Amino acid sequence: MIGLLARRIGSSLLTLVLVSMVIFAAASLLPGDAAQEALGQSATPAQVTALRHEMGLDAPAPVRYARWLAAMLRGDPGQSSVANMPVRDIIAQRLPNSLMLAGMTAVVAVPLALVLGIVAAIHEGTAIDRALNIATISMVAMPEFLVATLGVLVFSVDLMWLPAIALVSDASGPWETLRSCLLPVMCLTVVVVAQMARMTRAAIADQLGRPYVEMARLKGMGLRRIVLVHVMPNAIGPVVNAAALSLSYLMGGAIVVETIFSFPGLASLMVNAVTSRDMPLLQACAMIFCAAYLLLILIADIAAMLADPRLRAQ
Amino acid sequence: MTGFDRRSVLAGGGLLAMPGGLAAAVPRRGGAIRVATQSSSTADTLDPAKGALSTDYVRHYMLYSGLTRVGVDMVARPNLAARIETDDRITWHIALRRGVHFHDGAELTSADVVWSLRRHGDPRVGSKVSAIARQFAQVRADGRYGVVLVLSGANADLPAILAQSQFLIVRNGATQPDGNGTGPFRLAAFQPGIRTVVTRNPDYFVSGRPYLDRIELFAISDEVGRVNALLAGDVHFVAAINPRTTRRVAASPGHAVLSTPSGLYTNLIARMDRPPTANPDLVLALKYLMDRPLIKRALFRGYATIGNDQPIPPFHPYFNPAVAQTGLDLDRARWHLRRSGIGTARLPIFASQAAEGAVDMASILQEYGSRVGLDLAVTRVPADGYWSTHWMRHPLTFGSTNPRPTADLVFSLFYKSDAPWNETGWSNPRFDQLLVQARGEGDEARRRAYYGEMQQIVHDRCGSVIPVFVDLIDGYDRRLGGVTPVRLGSLMGYQFAENVWWNA
Repeated sequence: MIGLLARRIGSSLLTLVLVSMVIFAAASLLPGDAAQEALGQSATPAQVTALRHEMGLDAPAPVRYARWLAAMLRGDPGQSSVANMPVRDIIAQRLPNSLMLAGMTAVVAVPLALVLGIVAAIHEGTAIDRALNIATISMVAMPEFLVATLGVLVFSVDLMWLPAIALVSDASGPWETLRSCLLPVMCLTVVVVAQMARMTRAAIADQLGRPYVEMARLKGMGLRRIVLVHVMPNAIGPVVNAAALSLSYLMGGAIVVETIFSFPGLASLMVNAVTSRDMPLLQACAMIFCAAYLLLILIADIAAMLADPRLRAQ
Repeated sequence: MTGFDRRSVLAGGGLLAMPGGLAAAVPRRGGAIRVATQSSSTADTLDPAKGALSTDYVRHYMLYSGLTRVGVDMVARPNLAARIETDDRITWHIALRRGVHFHDGAELTSADVVWSLRRHGDPRVGSKVSAIARQFAQVRADGRYGVVLVLSGANADLPAILAQSQFLIVRNGATQPDGNGTGPFRLAAFQPGIRTVVTRNPDYFVSGRPYLDRIELFAISDEVGRVNALLAGDVHFVAAINPRTTRRVAASPGHAVLSTPSGLYTNLIARMDRPPTANPDLVLALKYLMDRPLIKRALFRGYATIGNDQPIPPFHPYFNPAVAQTGLDLDRARWHLRRSGIGTARLPIFASQAAEGAVDMASILQEYGSRVGLDLAVTRVPADGYWSTHWMRHPLTFGSTNPRPTADLVFSLFYKSDAPWNETGWSNPRFDQLLVQARGEGDEARRRAYYGEMQQIVHDRCGSVIPVFVDLIDGYDRRLGGVTPVRLGSLMGYQFAENVWWNA
């Protein structure tokens, strides 16, 4: 178990380095650099050259990458070439917001998805199952911007219950923060819950047809006990995996929701870093998203192993 | 022109219709508002010299003051300067207002002004106006409250230039200005790409101003989101509303639209220094192919002013009404096309969303081109990186020019033969000569005549096709008092902060 964990962490680190190389190479292919983007339409060649030197962009690409990697290994993500402040500080303003939004969404979405999936699986083939199926498929099919805009129109513009923008800051109290995050959380829940619910339903329905469930039924065991105690541990693998994939989406994929609600999160920061060609910031964001993804997958695997002794034996 | 007048009347009527009638027109102290612009990023800055977007301009006018300021009437008046005097429009004597203090308590002196004006020449600063500041041949202090500014050539527009947000005054020695200015508001919080919060400066040198206690400035990049936030009451003033959305805002009883006719234009640029667009007949054909009323109606829902292929809009004091208006004329286009000898060659037009309306304009042009046998191919390119990779690099591209405070600036930046952004790459000695003459001319009548002739030359000879000037459209909460259009830019020429009040 420990050896496996070490191997997984090692390969995760390798993945991070590879991803950083790919991101760096891809960003170098984009037209223009940070100096040109900063000066914009009004750039003269002399200004661009001066600013490029000021930003340290006049070194060849491999040298710049090596410098970044060396600094990163020392734990320093560098200085943002656009904002003139340490990348660490910029991330520190946004990471807690993204984690909070993802956390709140997870708290709502995961139990909801489990309940929906289990109910649908138990009632497989009935009207309830079909209704839930249609509901979840429609949720997957609806684009986020539509859900978000409709939510704003109904709850903010018409009813005036909730704010149309989610401006969280240190100054706002917990109640205010919760209120302004309600609509974004609702939208993200709609997006991620369907996937998880459908995976849960499939995994549990698959188990419910197995002989051991029939045996348990014949013994006279209640349905609740069968599902929670006998079926769940066997179905947990795919369910946790689906949950991990959905939750990793919440970190980097919340861009549409962040844009519509003007939420100061990491996804919009990364898009911002791409358009301003801010390499250190872009790399830092990519590393965070990649690390979050790898961590969630790792947790999912460990959870599956803990639930299923057969996996540990392999 | 009539369209602009009608809308101004409408905007005025909206103000009078406010609950309370006349009483509401009396400014009152206090209140906190939230303002949303269209763009914000980690490039947001507290350095006026680096101001690049409307969010920056607004922030800088809140925190800093300029030597001069341009009012609603577009006339530059002394501000931090008590007097600006010159005999030859080359050597300018600036006498500073006394007893003005920075937010940190330090008194404003000539050293601060000298520092602020000189730093534009330093390439490491990355000033957006270094090209304009190049004419500051000498900036020196003349005692504690006097500054002498010697220009490299006569320029009667200096007071208007100094009113631009990039020339706002920072503290002496501030290499990276941190918001410490002499402006109407003090900085309470600044997070690039997230928000700016300012609070009233009780020691502001203009007595009675500002009215508001607190302003929170941020961006909502999604236009629908921005309008929804306004209608939901979460923000009270928003910039850049789409012409299609104006009805929604106007339909709400608590909100109004602020339409500002401006010198902003999106132009088709024909490079005159390379084939095939170097051919003057081809350029004329393109000008006759522009359906200006259609562009005004379909692309901007009437929120635009018809243009005439020269950059001075009809409401500008130096506008020359004698220049004949070019309109859609397929026969003339066909005739010029035949004379150009371009034949059936395929001409690519590079269009991008980076220049507002460019893609649609290109499509309209393509349609009319096909009727006269001109084969135009619209190549749509991404907005990202457009200015550095496509703009001016192909024979036919689109440009976008923001309103400039003076006729001289727009001509010098985009039409002078040796300007770095001489978009069309044209060269007209007579135009260049008139430009320098007009800049140094003290007599208004002669100046007007020079600018009039320059408009005629650009209209006749230059490859810049300007179909319309676009109105800037903002939306505001009717409880906000004192809102009037200022043609310098959106959000009352970016200077709403010290001029509006809150009736609630």
